[in-house]
Amino acid sequence: MSSTSKAMRQSFGLRFASGAFLTFWCVIAAFPIAWIAIMSFKSPVDAFADSPWAVIMGPATRANGDGLSILDIVIGLVVIFFTIRWAFTKLPALVNQYASGPMLILGWLIGAAVYAVIFLLIFFGLLPLIMGPINGLLGPLGEPILGMTTQHYVAVWIENEFYRNFLNSMLVTAGVVTISLTVGTLAGYGLARSGSDFAFWLLILALIFRALPHSVLVAGYLPWFINSAEILRPIFGDLSPTLYGQPWAVIAVLVSINQPFTIWMLRSFFQNIPAELDEAARVDGCSHFQAFRRVIMPVMWPGVITTGLFSFLLGYNDFLVTSLLLDAQNQTMVPAIAGYFNRETTTTDQVEAVAAAVSITAPLFLLVMVFQRQIVSGLTAGAVKG
Amino acid sequence: MKFKTFATFVGPSVVMMILFIALPLISVFFESFKVTQPIMQQVEVETCTPGFTGQTCVTSVKTIPVIGDDGKVETVTQWQGLESYRSVLQMEKVWAAIGSGNWSDILQIDFWKALRFTMMFTLLTLPLVIGVGLLIALTVNNAAKSFKGPVIFISLLPFIITPVIGSLSIYWLFVGDGILTAMMERWTGTNISMFAQAWTIELLMYFYRVWHVAPFAFVIFYAGLQSVNMDTLESAVIDGASRLQRLRHVIIPHLMPLIVFIALIHLMDCYRVFEEIVGFRSQAHVISLQWLTYDFLVPDDAGNRAVSRASASAMLTMIGIVLLLIWPLRRTWKEHRGGAH
Repeated sequence: MSSTSKAMRQSFGLRFASGAFLTFWCVIAAFPIAWIAIMSFKSPVDAFADSPWAVIMGPATRANGDGLSILDIVIGLVVIFFTIRWAFTKLPALVNQYASGPMLILGWLIGAAVYAVIFLLIFFGLLPLIMGPINGLLGPLGEPILGMTTQHYVAVWIENEFYRNFLNSMLVTAGVVTISLTVGTLAGYGLARSGSDFAFWLLILALIFRALPHSVLVAGYLPWFINSAEILRPIFGDLSPTLYGQPWAVIAVLVSINQPFTIWMLRSFFQNIPAELDEAARVDGCSHFQAFRRVIMPVMWPGVITTGLFSFLLGYNDFLVTSLLLDAQNQTMVPAIAGYFNRETTTTDQVEAVAAAVSITAPLFLLVMVFQRQIVSGLTAGAVKG
Repeated sequence: MKFKTFATFVGPSVVMMILFIALPLISVFFESFKVTQPIMQQVEVETCTPGFTGQTCVTSVKTIPVIGDDGKVETVTQWQGLESYRSVLQMEKVWAAIGSGNWSDILQIDFWKALRFTMMFTLLTLPLVIGVGLLIALTVNNAAKSFKGPVIFISLLPFIITPVIGSLSIYWLFVGDGILTAMMERWTGTNISMFAQAWTIELLMYFYRVWHVAPFAFVIFYAGLQSVNMDTLESAVIDGASRLQRLRHVIIPHLMPLIVFIALIHLMDCYRVFEEIVGFRSQAHVISLQWLTYDFLVPDDAGNRAVSRASASAMLTMIGIVLLLIWPLRRTWKEHRGGAH
């Protein structure tokens, strides 16, 4: 603030109002998500209690014998503190040790996933085992004061086999990200380096395609996908597949729906890479493809990571396409949660649905934590060229 | 770059877009004029029940679908012109409503109900999103440096969250025994149910959409604010411009291209409003155009999907998109031609 001139300085009232609004916004932004996270750890009576205090402290949950003592809370906070701290110090060092170059992204993904799994095992597996006897020894200090239970997560993930939906989601998302980036980078590079009218029309067409409601497209797929075995029989014989319910068919559909956005975004990233770079390579005798592989690929990763994040979000968040084109056996997570609506008769079912919703949100939370800068740069990259 | 090289680079992407976007559109166009129905036949069935002196037999004519050799119901596809459009639009009811002066009757028909909501939703949330986004951007720009990172992190959460889950999280706050409903009931002393009538649901939907999209507008405006020319601002101060005047005459014009960009993206996305309907389970009260098509495509109790009616409603939705995009596309075309000369 010291660098701003005296004339630009703001009155106290204005700064106070601005700060107050910002606090208000942060509360609104975080409250719904934080609240369902709290609800998911309480017994149904507490989760839908009238007073907020009862929801947070969970008296009914505590009465059931599920709760945390002061010692639990202290040790839990210590574990969380070190988890976050090591995530920013030890984890990057480990990842850098085992991976380099383009493999770094894969290294980060695997590293983050393993880290998260180890944390979950220690936090929800090991800690309760150790703390149980210790709390018993401590007497009054070991009495639970904060009601908390993981029973809904156990019910959702193990009894209702939510892990199957999770694996399906991962399969679809991984497929969407890889294919859409492979196809998209090539097209984005071509479009960025070609000034022809054809390239312009292609981009405009892509813009129109981006505006299409997805249900319009699904209405076009459904009749063909359901009958594809009979339609393709003359060509492939008895091997012809029914596309309806196939994860790879859904991947192809999501990749195509995502293509317009991907090529626009990657094109704007490639335009920021100076064309002199590949021209120099061409003068040295490279073909366009060699120039792309040897000169452009090493410098394009920031743009590709950012675009990959948005492809991930599209694949992971999709409800409409996956719910209409996949059947119950290989349903992904987001449509699967809609299955809870139909059963949602008791409050236990409702809290289980809340726990499932929180489970879906947790990976996204991690994603924002790790990739905040890339997400912000991706959002602005579209606008600058838009 | 030679055209051939360009084509090899762009080829895979174009093939995918043709195969999964352009061809389905053509297919939807043709499907909307056709109908596929099971072939029905009338059979005389004699049902007999044992009686005291002999059997009592009743002969009746039943309509049953023809079963083919492979054990499946045989179907026939035929052209039926605009029949599907008629059953979606229900124009005769619309004219009757206009004729009798009961305008509100039009909104009893699904398509018009959906159209009314989609349009209102798009137009009402647009200024709110831009206003709230700008306000957050200005205040974050104003905040101390150490706050900016965490605030951006928290602001990104509503944007990044799965739309169905986001609307569900708000649904659970306001559901019959949700925490905020309980709070409002305590304040007003009346019994409140937010999901029993259309207007409260719509209010929550507007709120959800602004909550979900304002962060996107904020991030873009915030990036734009970093490049505001400080010299212009200072000279405006020297010329005696008040804070509000500086905002109106320096900052907003600087952000204008970004405002147009956000408005365009927001129009496209709002027109597809869908996830809120699923999350709020509001189909009995409030529906949108995209939800209408989705509903036709979901198999009914007998397992049939109304593909031709879905195609008709999809084509009608398309017309809206074309109308929406004409203006921005004409502008881009003019700019492109202007740039070429």
